[in-house]
Amino acid sequence: MIRDVIRKVEENFFRGVMFLSSSVIVIALLLIVVSILYKGLPSLSWKMIIETPKGGYYFGKEGGILNAIVGSLYLSLGATILSFIISLPLALYINVHQAKNGKLVNLVRFLLDLLWGIPSIVYGAFGFTIMIYFGLRTSLLAGIITVSLFIIPIMVRSMDEVFKTVHRGLLESAFSLGSTKSETAYKVVLRQCIPGVVTAILLAFGRAIGDAASVLFTAGYTDYIPTSLSQPTATLPLSIFFQLSSPIAEVQNRAYASAVVLTIIILVISIVSRLVSRKYNQERIK
Amino acid sequence: MKSGAKIKIDNLNLHIGNKHILKDINVEIPEKQLTVILGPSGCGKTTLLKSLNRLTDLNPDVKINGSILNGDEDILNPRTEITQLRKKMGLLAQSPYPLPMSIYDNITYGLRISGRRKKIYLNKRVEYYLRQVSLWDEVKDRLKDPASALSIGQQQRLCLARGLAVDPEILLADEPTSALDPVSSKDIEEMFLKLKQRYTIVVVTHILRQARRIADYVIFMYLGEVIEHGPAKEIFENPKKEMTKAYLKGAYN
Repeated sequence: MIRDVIRKVEENFFRGVMFLSSSVIVIALLLIVVSILYKGLPSLSWKMIIETPKGGYYFGKEGGILNAIVGSLYLSLGATILSFIISLPLALYINVHQAKNGKLVNLVRFLLDLLWGIPSIVYGAFGFTIMIYFGLRTSLLAGIITVSLFIIPIMVRSMDEVFKTVHRGLLESAFSLGSTKSETAYKVVLRQCIPGVVTAILLAFGRAIGDAASVLFTAGYTDYIPTSLSQPTATLPLSIFFQLSSPIAEVQNRAYASAVVLTIIILVISIVSRLVSRKYNQERIK
Repeated sequence: MKSGAKIKIDNLNLHIGNKHILKDINVEIPEKQLTVILGPSGCGKTTLLKSLNRLTDLNPDVKINGSILNGDEDILNPRTEITQLRKKMGLLAQSPYPLPMSIYDNITYGLRISGRRKKIYLNKRVEYYLRQVSLWDEVKDRLKDPASALSIGQQQRLCLARGLAVDPEILLADEPTSALDPVSSKDIEEMFLKLKQRYTIVVVTHILRQARRIADYVIFMYLGEVIEHGPAKEIFENPKKEMTKAYLKGAYN
């Protein structure tokens, strides 16, 4: 009898704890979104989105954040494409070609997880060191390369987790039909996992566009939209970082507007990747 | 070597790590007959089957000694061209694994990777092999649908057709009916009986009644060893070894 009472109290206690921790997360998220929108929406105007800053991003009161929006898209797209070219073959290679070489595969996974854990400022500093060595200046290209290094581990491991779920029987079927390992990888495994791969790409893109530290030393900042890979570029995270510290209200507004735009981009990416992976779970062959 | 033997297995030993999975296998698989590898679960039947087309290569830590001859060709020779070898052997797995593509593409996959791309040719082959497995009438109007939309029984027949489409000499089947309902199982068994006129078929099963229905030749295995092998009639009606007798009476099931 007394035992039942204790169990009931326990149950209620833990339910309360779980409810509380869930609430903290939800409230924090809501507060962040609300405060960004509250500060940012009034600053966000059509002009803000279609104009670059006039009279210097730190002092000029006129103009908008087009430089940062386009710069961020250039940078993240470039980095996503570059890392895709490297990540896809690597993820397939460890899952199909080296599948039976468990020790090697686990070592690669471990190294990638280590790389995943390195803070992005370290990638920024690393990129900067390399740039000095080669005598490069801050540029879109340097930013793309640095951000790629930073998101490759994320992309490879996300694809890897998807490829891992491919059933052994499907591999055996493909091999039995006379497929080589590469044919199995690209025609069967990849095809089976396309939605998961898309999710991995979107996840990496989201990380690329949201990161400030890795582009701080490497991509620089500018008022203009870059017209070549060798020019520096503005980015949304740095647009927030530089302009929020300004004493001028109009400049600060640009920072808030950047925050809204960045948040919207990332929310859209998260939602799309959710939808894709939901569809994926319905359609895949079990 | 008895005339008409298709595959000759000599002194085959297979270890995974330090486990001895197959012990001194010496057996011949007759051509254009249906051979059943029979035995209780975990006796190495599937491993023996998979070493025939070297799917055992996919396992880490596999050590394999001895020889498996298909004609003059040693299957286990590392220099044997593995994709060509596997093309000669269709595989039907325990549960169907259609490729993640349309019904049509499932059949043509094997042809396309070997360079056959002419549309007219592919269309003909698709119809021919789907008819072979009595699937044509059920799917002819939806060849472009994903194969995953088929029922499990249909998927298994599709996998059989897909295996036949690469024009193998040998069909390997690993408990091909274990995931199927009784009607689909019967379909598959009947197809095997029809196909054995033209193919050498090796079926792994632990279902004694199934073995009795379809086998021409039986290899009885227990704990990694071949206990007895011979024509189905002899094994079922007049087994020589005590263990076989006991198994046939149902002692291990």
